[in-house]
Amino acid sequence: MISISQVTKAYPGAPRPALDDVSIEIDKGEFVFLVGASGSGKSSLMRMVLREDMPTSGSIHVLGENLVGIPNRRVPRFRRNLGVVFQDFRLLPNKTAAQNVAFSLEVIGKSKGFISEAVPDVLRLVGLEEKANSLPSELSGGEQQRVALARAIVNKPAILLCDEPTGNLDPTTSEGIMELLNRINLTGTTILMATHDRGIVDKYRKRVIELSLGKIVRDEQGSGYGQR
Amino acid sequence: MRASFVFTEMGIAIRRNLSMIISVILVTFISLSFVGTAGLLQQQIGSMKTYWYDKAQVAIYLCTKTSPQDVCPQGEASSDVQRTVNHRLNSATLKPYIDKFYFEDHKAAYKTFQTEFKGNAVAKYVTPAQLNETFWVKLKDPNQAPIVIESFSGLSGVEQVKDQRTYLDQIFSMLNIASLAAISIATLMLFSAALLISTTIRLSAVMRRREIGIMRLVGASNFYIQLPFILEGVVAGVVGALLAGGAILAVVNYFVQGYLVQQLPFTSFVGLTDAFALLPALVGLGGLIAGIAAASSIRRYLRV
Repeated sequence: MISISQVTKAYPGAPRPALDDVSIEIDKGEFVFLVGASGSGKSSLMRMVLREDMPTSGSIHVLGENLVGIPNRRVPRFRRNLGVVFQDFRLLPNKTAAQNVAFSLEVIGKSKGFISEAVPDVLRLVGLEEKANSLPSELSGGEQQRVALARAIVNKPAILLCDEPTGNLDPTTSEGIMELLNRINLTGTTILMATHDRGIVDKYRKRVIELSLGKIVRDEQGSGYGQR
Repeated sequence: MRASFVFTEMGIAIRRNLSMIISVILVTFISLSFVGTAGLLQQQIGSMKTYWYDKAQVAIYLCTKTSPQDVCPQGEASSDVQRTVNHRLNSATLKPYIDKFYFEDHKAAYKTFQTEFKGNAVAKYVTPAQLNETFWVKLKDPNQAPIVIESFSGLSGVEQVKDQRTYLDQIFSMLNIASLAAISIATLMLFSAALLISTTIRLSAVMRRREIGIMRLVGASNFYIQLPFILEGVVAGVVGALLAGGAILAVVNYFVQGYLVQQLPFTSFVGLTDAFALLPALVGLGGLIAGIAAASSIRRYLRV
């Protein structure tokens, strides 16, 4: 599903590479926590899987696409199979919850009929059917992240990338988001989640990949956040 | 592909960026007005050429008592000169080129002069003897004037042979220079319009970078992301072009047809039909330049 092989990413002017000879295999339906201090290379790795950036050397295959060789014009179609959630939600402030979700379908040319069915469905799934017509400013942080999550999964992606999705949320709210991610994972969606949230990683006991200074220092099934 | 979505996005972009869009419209409007003016001038030259070249003749001026000594040493041309010229014009060599010709004596020339310069002070001082007796020659093909000019220049008693088209050519070259000036100004202005459009579109893209970021993440095609911006530029360019077209129509209707035609009744002027013919070109040019400027600017801003 995601196959990263001997990837090195060096940014010009940086003293050491952001990723140093990293190899990871992730299978369909897995839930993987990506942990490590700031600057350990988590974000760089996520960006490569999204094909927002290219490795300096090595190869990345995602959903059967060779991301190093894929021509630019095929990138949008590739990204339609991926959902992404960020720490800062990235909602459009002038659109309601439902409009935010609908926007992501409109821009890939889905029909009005499809959108009018899919949006209420996914808002119900994340528990926000009551708040469909609220603006992001009227929603709590947890609710905003649910909208972002709804937007990421409305097109039924095979892979969900989460970049510190609970980073801005209190523990109880984070818990709710994690429950939701777990449910999404159970329907067969592969989840790769970068996080700093020790409590969550320790509680859910999933596969944990730890990066340090651009190298993989740990890759264990059913592990915790690790010692500090 | 949903057109309604693209147009809604474009509408939002235009409303947010209204002052820049208005400046784009104005610059396009003014520059395309210059383009249109140049076009009208060219059409005017064309219609004057067909009208006047048809009427223009070759004039063979005979010497008068007041002609300069070096060309007319024997003074007033004798009736022998008249006969020689008449004979030559009727000869087998020249006849095939000539449509018709007639002779204008002192009295007839004076009469024409008085009507043409009616009210002008010079009309009072001129005497019939000062005006050249003239053979007016109308050629079958006005381009063959040099044949007549060569046959009669240097003939004793002939002061000058003149192709009237040379006077017209001066007017035309003046009009040509004017239209060239209009085109130069238009080119400069269109260049600045293109720069303004590309800045405006980039500004618009920066203002909407959140939307663009999300569109890229969820996998919207580049075409879909770029189209609202390109259309934004094209709409501004086309609105400017339509305003320019309106200005050109107004000038032709109120100034040329409403004023010039009455002031200069014997000249053929461009009409509304000519102006309407320019409209599609102006709109096409405005839309094309705006589209290219917007597309190249947004393409540089939005790499995958």
